[in-house]
Amino acid sequence: MGDFSKKVAISAIYPVMEKENKNIYLLGREKQIATAGDANFDMECSKASEAGSVSQRACVFCGSRVVLYPIADALHVVHGPIGCASYTWDIRGALSSGPQLHRLSFSTDLREEQVIFGGEKKLYAALTTLIDKHKPAAAFVYSTCIVGVIGDDIEAVCKKVSAEKGITVLPVHAEGFNGTKKDGYRVACEALSKLIGTSEQRNKVPFSINILGDFNLAGELWMLAEYYRKIGINIIAQVTGDGRVEDIRRANTACLNVVQCSGSMTWLAKDMKEKYGIPYIRVSYFGIEDMSNALYEVARFFDDESKMDAAKLLVATELKKLLPALKEYKEKLTGQKAAIYVGGAFKAISLVKALRLIGVQTVVIGSQTGNKDDYNLIKDICDEGTIIVDDSNPIELQHFIREKNATIFIGGVKERPIAHKLGIGFCDHNHERKEALAGYEGMLNFAKEIYATAMSPVWQFVRKSPSQEEPRIKNQEQRLK
Amino acid sequence: MFGGQSNLLQAIETIFSTYDPEIIAVHSTCLSETIGDDLNQILTKAREEGKVPKGKHVIHCNTPSYVGSHVTGYANMLLGMTSYFAQHTGISNYQVNLISGWIEPCDMREIKRIAKKMQANTMMFPDTSGILDGPLNGKYTFYPKGGTTIEELISAGDAKFSLGIGQWATEEAAKKLEYKCKVKYDICDVPIGLQATDRFITALSRYANVKVPQSLTNERGRLLDMIADMHSYLYGKRVALYGDPDWLIPMTEFLVMLDMKPVYIVSGTPGKLFESRMKEILGEKVPEAKFKNGETADMFLLHQWIKQEKVDLLIGNTYGKYIARDEDIPFVRYGFPILDRVGHSYFPTVGYHGGMRILEKILGALMDRIDRDAPEEKLELVM
Repeated sequence: MGDFSKKVAISAIYPVMEKENKNIYLLGREKQIATAGDANFDMECSKASEAGSVSQRACVFCGSRVVLYPIADALHVVHGPIGCASYTWDIRGALSSGPQLHRLSFSTDLREEQVIFGGEKKLYAALTTLIDKHKPAAAFVYSTCIVGVIGDDIEAVCKKVSAEKGITVLPVHAEGFNGTKKDGYRVACEALSKLIGTSEQRNKVPFSINILGDFNLAGELWMLAEYYRKIGINIIAQVTGDGRVEDIRRANTACLNVVQCSGSMTWLAKDMKEKYGIPYIRVSYFGIEDMSNALYEVARFFDDESKMDAAKLLVATELKKLLPALKEYKEKLTGQKAAIYVGGAFKAISLVKALRLIGVQTVVIGSQTGNKDDYNLIKDICDEGTIIVDDSNPIELQHFIREKNATIFIGGVKERPIAHKLGIGFCDHNHERKEALAGYEGMLNFAKEIYATAMSPVWQFVRKSPSQEEPRIKNQEQRLK
Repeated sequence: MFGGQSNLLQAIETIFSTYDPEIIAVHSTCLSETIGDDLNQILTKAREEGKVPKGKHVIHCNTPSYVGSHVTGYANMLLGMTSYFAQHTGISNYQVNLISGWIEPCDMREIKRIAKKMQANTMMFPDTSGILDGPLNGKYTFYPKGGTTIEELISAGDAKFSLGIGQWATEEAAKKLEYKCKVKYDICDVPIGLQATDRFITALSRYANVKVPQSLTNERGRLLDMIADMHSYLYGKRVALYGDPDWLIPMTEFLVMLDMKPVYIVSGTPGKLFESRMKEILGEKVPEAKFKNGETADMFLLHQWIKQEKVDLLIGNTYGKYIARDEDIPFVRYGFPILDRVGHSYFPTVGYHGGMRILEKILGALMDRIDRDAPEEKLELVM
């Protein structure tokens, strides 16, 4: 546990915050906040959020939706009142190189009548109409809170439609009350698991991998796929960025699963290991070090000299371009301090390393869903004194940022207002990111984005408004002279 | 399985001890409504158990997602605010309550400016100005200065009159005030465009018993001047629009007044009045107009209509950008939500000034299109 006596006293420096500083830490959350370098470091995590804490986490449905959403040739039908579909309509920049069907947010728009008499008929009508119209490769049906309560048998409806239309229709049991966003990842993986192995193909494809847990935000997966192709690796399925149903069906023919975003995809990787004996490795594509390690590890797995040589050549070529370009940013950014709050802890770890590469020190770091191992890793790579936090909330985050004098905040859409209102830079490293941040090109984009936000002139003006005090010359006549 | 009572009680305790607000507003969801949580009963229990500190408040409204639309939710929370707070002491404070419909914070500020200009004694609720458009000053404040205070909400019960701005959003709350505190009410359209603003100002002048100042009449004159100068660009232009009834109705009326042709109008929000109001506005002037509201009146229908016969302009929220792009139609963003452009929360579109802002946007979109498509020899410097 960290030393909290100091932190409370900090409020004196920021008199405006006195009222809100009444209680900085929620009772019972002390063990979910720690400091790197603390000898007794023992992070408590993977706990349900406390009611009323204003956690930055999201629900089961949201988790399942973000994982499956990028499958572009599938029909995604949200079985529930209109809200669930409306709030997840085309909000994720998961790009498709072909069909755009995934960007439509179909809903059964349940009304009071269905809540009383059941919504199965409406679901059946929606599915059959949409399948006829769009001819999707498969359909996913997401059940929402209300469906779980009114007891619609969506499994039966899916089976019926599947038999009638001759396509796979998979239920996704995403009732919100079944847990957190993390549980949503699991139900999405369960649906994927049912799809995998349903093609005719059984034989392993040599030198082949599945990319798990990259969602092709801003086209990142296209860059990664290109790297893999260059070193002679075949990609069977992309799960799920720019994903296609047929590819996922034959994902069992790959030799290796390469898992990024371990929070969402480890369940599926383990499942495939059990069912098809496919081993998996955990990688990250953010930052030079982790990106290169990913390529080396895949090459090493296949134990083929030509692949390793190609990987080394690729890394060398990319670094030759990238390092000089980064140098300039590093010179300008050295001394900047970053706060990181993201969904998955593994990404947070990559970010610490990537920031260090451009001279930025991480002073606050946290995640919504990290586990004990993740936090131990974070503790090891962070500088002493870095605040580490699990399942945080706005009141804590804004406090840590001020306490540690962070100048850049890296997070998702819910963190942006905190950063901007405090008058510091912000970088979106979540679904809504506009720039590709993975790989070597992504590293340069990341440096540019951090530079642009940290060095923006706007922040210097935040505390420099014209004085509100009485003018020194009080006499009107004198003033006019 | 066992109901959400313990979670809600815990949440109330945590929120008051950590975030220290004056009020907690509880919105029910599809889930809590269907499992049968009784918010009245739970909140009473919270008060009895001392989980609500002295002088603090917890209010609620029922907002299951399967009843009505987002506008229903807005109206229900207004109802919650009046039910909980408004008190009738029997001593009139001579104010006019302005019950604000679903408009931007800048619009609320503009309506307050107009009322102040008229020297009308008014109190507006809800009021998001200063809250949702708070300044950047380097401080992260949970409760920015601005908006309506609790004292003001209580005082609503002693007002001499209530004016609801937007039927769908405000009528329930206005009715409740009349029933509970005997405050009579009238409903007017959101003051979008010339005629709706005229009516709003006339109503306010009457109920607050104040004169319309010359400076406001001058604002009207400037709007008229702009319309007169530009009317030839507007004549006969076919417009499709979609959104919430409370702004669609006065906007359609404004477009007709501009000599444009609002030909296709849809709203996902149910309510019978929509049809009769639209008939009244469009019947003689734009007999070919098609309009529909309720759950089957969606943008898919609107897109089909547009495909049958093209329009010159599309007006609505951000979701219209797909149609605008598909059909290559000039597009003015209006309504909620606008997720891809700035300005809507800062520059009002209500009142006469707001009318000029709408006109600026419409003309900008139409004239950009003229410039884009003009052959070299016809590209005009002076328009």
